[in-house]
Amino acid sequence: MNPVLELVGITKRFGALTANDDITLSLAQGEILALLGENGAGKTTLMNILFGHYAADAGHVRLFGETLPPGRPRAAIEAGVGMVHQHFTLAHNLTVLDNVMLGSEALGRLRSARAEARAKLRGIAERFGLPVDPDAKISRLSVGERQRVEILKALYRDARVLILDEPTAVLARPEAQRLFETLREMTREGLSLIFISHKLHEVMGASDRVAVLRGGKIVAERRTAETNAAELAELMVGRKVDRPVRSEQRVGAPVLVARGVSVGPEGARRLDDVSFTVYAGEILGIVGVSGNGQAALGALLSGMAHPSTGSLTLGGADAGALGPRGLVGVEAGRVPEDRHSEGVIGELSVWENATLERLRRPEFSHRGFVRRAACKRYAASLIERFDIRGATPETRTQLLSGGNMQKLVLGRVLCHAPRFVLVNQPTRGLDEGAIAAVHAELLAARAEGAAILLISEELEEAVALSDRIQAIVKGRLSEPVAARDADPQRLGLMMAGVWTGDAHAS
Amino acid sequence: MRLERRTHTPLSLVVLAPVAAIGAALILAAGLVAAAGVNPLAAYAEMLRGALGSRLAITEMLTRATPLILTGLAAAIAFRARLWNIGAEGQFYMGALATAALGHSLGLPGWLGVPLLMLTGMVAGALLLAGPAYLRLRFEVDEVVTTLLLNFVAILFVGLMIEGPLRDPLAFGWPTSVPVDAAYRLSDLVPRTRLHIGLLFAVAAAAIVWLILDRTVFGAETRAAGLNARAAAFAGVSLPRTIMGVALLSGALAGLAGAVEVMGVTAGVTTTMSPGFGYAGIVAAMLAALNPAGVVVSAVFIATIFVGADAMGRATGVPSFIADVIVSLCLLTMLVALLFTSYRVRR
Amino acid sequence: MSDAIDLLLNTSLWEAVLRIATPLIFGVLGALLCERAGVLNLGIEGIMTMGAMSGWLTVFLGAPLWVGLLVAALCGALIGLLHALLTVPLGLSQHVSGLGITLFASALAAYLYRLIVEVGDLPPTIEPFRPLPVPILSDIPILGPVLFSQALPTYLALLAVALLAYGLARTPLGLAVRMTGEHPQAVEAQGLNPNAIRVGAVVAGSALMAIGGSFLTMVAFDSFFPGMVQGRGWICIALVVFASWRPGKALIGALLFAFFDAYQLRLQTVVEAVPYQLFLMAPYLLSILALILVARRAEVPAALMTPYRRGER
Repeated sequence: MNPVLELVGITKRFGALTANDDITLSLAQGEILALLGENGAGKTTLMNILFGHYAADAGHVRLFGETLPPGRPRAAIEAGVGMVHQHFTLAHNLTVLDNVMLGSEALGRLRSARAEARAKLRGIAERFGLPVDPDAKISRLSVGERQRVEILKALYRDARVLILDEPTAVLARPEAQRLFETLREMTREGLSLIFISHKLHEVMGASDRVAVLRGGKIVAERRTAETNAAELAELMVGRKVDRPVRSEQRVGAPVLVARGVSVGPEGARRLDDVSFTVYAGEILGIVGVSGNGQAALGALLSGMAHPSTGSLTLGGADAGALGPRGLVGVEAGRVPEDRHSEGVIGELSVWENATLERLRRPEFSHRGFVRRAACKRYAASLIERFDIRGATPETRTQLLSGGNMQKLVLGRVLCHAPRFVLVNQPTRGLDEGAIAAVHAELLAARAEGAAILLISEELEEAVALSDRIQAIVKGRLSEPVAARDADPQRLGLMMAGVWTGDAHAS
Repeated sequence: MRLERRTHTPLSLVVLAPVAAIGAALILAAGLVAAAGVNPLAAYAEMLRGALGSRLAITEMLTRATPLILTGLAAAIAFRARLWNIGAEGQFYMGALATAALGHSLGLPGWLGVPLLMLTGMVAGALLLAGPAYLRLRFEVDEVVTTLLLNFVAILFVGLMIEGPLRDPLAFGWPTSVPVDAAYRLSDLVPRTRLHIGLLFAVAAAAIVWLILDRTVFGAETRAAGLNARAAAFAGVSLPRTIMGVALLSGALAGLAGAVEVMGVTAGVTTTMSPGFGYAGIVAAMLAALNPAGVVVSAVFIATIFVGADAMGRATGVPSFIADVIVSLCLLTMLVALLFTSYRVRR
Repeated sequence: MSDAIDLLLNTSLWEAVLRIATPLIFGVLGALLCERAGVLNLGIEGIMTMGAMSGWLTVFLGAPLWVGLLVAALCGALIGLLHALLTVPLGLSQHVSGLGITLFASALAAYLYRLIVEVGDLPPTIEPFRPLPVPILSDIPILGPVLFSQALPTYLALLAVALLAYGLARTPLGLAVRMTGEHPQAVEAQGLNPNAIRVGAVVAGSALMAIGGSFLTMVAFDSFFPGMVQGRGWICIALVVFASWRPGKALIGALLFAFFDAYQLRLQTVVEAVPYQLFLMAPYLLSILALILVARRAEVPAALMTPYRRGER
């Protein structure tokens, strides 16, 4: 059978980096192909070339035997390619119908045929089992519904090849399960699919065939039925990287205690009446599906938000009103969710980023003047101790790789022997080597007696590092469970909001 | 073709950018000069002669540069913190007016009065910008629009005062304010010219601003807040305090420009005393890539254009509005030139 | 005091409202169109000046009035194109570029005017647009003179409000413009070019601004002088916020504003104890007040002032 889609010899460079290196790949009619690879392996770049967001430096894309003109999303759409972006491309202030209709009509038309479009959308939604209200504003939809709209956008334009970039990143397990059932249904309707993932269990569960991408190259292609998770893991990482293992240790006294804390006004609570305790020498993991209050919890513990009810204490003293600088002052370290927007200021040098949150301390300034030499010495010591590669104190921070940037953020917190550390999505976007390094640092801090609260959407990571785990769902926290009791089944239920009794005594 | 961020900006590019920008602006304006039937090269030569051709010309040019340095610094410090203070013109007038009002009948010796009057001008300028800064912090009102609108209000207010309580009765109906007392006039820097020691104050201000921005905790926090407000807040930088601090400093510098102009040149205030010092200050700041030392140089350049264009107009008949055209073109070409210091063009 | 109230009952006040509002309506619509596509156009003040000058000059040099209107629009579009090129494909600061455009266009207008018109005692004049009473409707008492005895550009302004409101809400192009201001990536993902849409919107918006400016020299006055726009452009920028980026509300905002302006102009003649400068300050202070009133609940286009660079990682 002829392939519906062929990528031939695709090469794409960004400056010195070769994101895609002579990639050749094909997709058969009705097939689900998984594109598996680590962060930074070049998966998204490849799909962006296929869809026409980028033009390849070499190679071409053939769809149903016809070569697509490079760098033209419109041509790709018209030829029948649909793309579901990882970061949804939906305008929140507009309606579902607006978002779906955009680009489907000639721009010269004097009147949008909205009634017809609404009917067509309803028809497609029904046929594929993706119910949605065409006139709802996107901002009112849940994440799952937004993804549905994103898929409907492609189907509305009669896509026959659908590309999904990390489609389950924002979904709970049951939702993800349902998504894959829908996708399977679609192949019966004649669609062919590629989905991008770095999650082995998904790939094993949902695909017909797997292509493994590493360092910009296809390193292997397998029929899913003829491979297993272990083989894929090794192919994906390429070398044996062992993540450090948590050893049992006695925990100390309670350090950070939250009792019935809420964030946000009554009726629009971003955190709702949560309680937890983090002890010295332990890691408390908070797991959950993206968008369930992790951001609010992170803001609370980094001093960017304050409790509207309840109490937050650190070592017995109130910590709810401290704010960022106050928290740093009592040695509560903070590793933010997003390195680029909160962790560092890319245009500034490494030494400026290393010292910014402590700049008013006497070791870094004197009578309002920055002690530049001392700051740079300090930065140099961080670079050395935390093995931040490719950096000098004067390096512009945005030039560091994700992993090294994260080591900088982690290092400036951990080198002060903090009593408490908030770590929010510490390994997002990192490759396996960097993940192992970050985990090792966190476990070392735990061994030194730090109380660590880890917010992670990577279940595997949370289970590996945490002593105890609580799930966050719609701004509420479950009771903690010990890591050894936390089998995937139980965690899955917890993350879906099924638990017995809330963490607070109610 | 696309733009790619440079990993490193060579020093040569940093220096080259304003030179290229000015060159491009002069070439573009040459077409307009030619449209007036004048050979652009001859016209530009006339311009240079008019601004730099004699001792007197140079002192006139430096007199013009003095307030420009200060308004340029006002813009540089604000823009670094992404506070879009477009109101230096109004702050200049408020500084000038406050200085004249208090300096007319202060009754203090000169050595005490001069610094006090400068401070007065600074406070007046700072207060005018504090309003928009507060509105931005409290209500998220865009300060661009408010500072622009306040320029008109400030000039009307000056008109109101010099036709009312501050009217100079000895000015034969010419609308001007009472003059500052002779004791508080700034001494001449070069005898028998208009150039006064205010120039030294302006240069000193540039040094101080550099020190503040480059060497202090406040400067570091300002830069952080300007580049990435969210990350700065996460690191514990208080955005309201930074914004308000920058606003007060910026407004004070523009107010000081007004004070110095009154004490050094005009003695009294009129509604036409500024040929757009506030707006040209923005160009000076941009040409200097917001660098305080560079502002001194770019202010001198802009003053050269303004003073030279007047002379050129007299000699060749090219309308002296050409100066405004060249200066505003410099802002646009510099903006493009700055892009190429941080990005390069890739195929 | 009773004089102040008498003024309100005078039809001439109400006749003036629509006239004073006209340049503002064009200006607000132009700024609104740019901002709906995601580009702040602070070039407005200079573009209006350029419109005022070029329209006037065209007629002064012998062309009919409608040609003056077209030339003004064209000049506005060209300057708008410059702002668009700087801010859209190059992604430069919209604040600084806009300000530079204003300084440049104002200076250029003054220069070109001076190049052609010699310095004299009195500025030369043209024969401006005359009121164009709508047959029958203009005979209605009160409403007739207030609404239906205006000059042609005023009717065009009202037509522009309706067209823009309809266009943004009901046409595929309008949807594309709105989406570009909200989420340019989404536009690209649907196969359209958000930067082309932005450039188009800024060019068209700038043409509207320039027509607004030309009203000053071709209807309200009959001569040009530098600085005659007097902050009307900035007021339009404030009115866009006040109008929550909606054409209908923009019309209401411009009319409200024009009413206060017309009223204060007449009040000046009646209330002599108050210095006239205080009255002249009113429009500017009023604009600031309007901004404060709506600031917190403004529905700003989400991608306003965010440049879109394709393939930026």
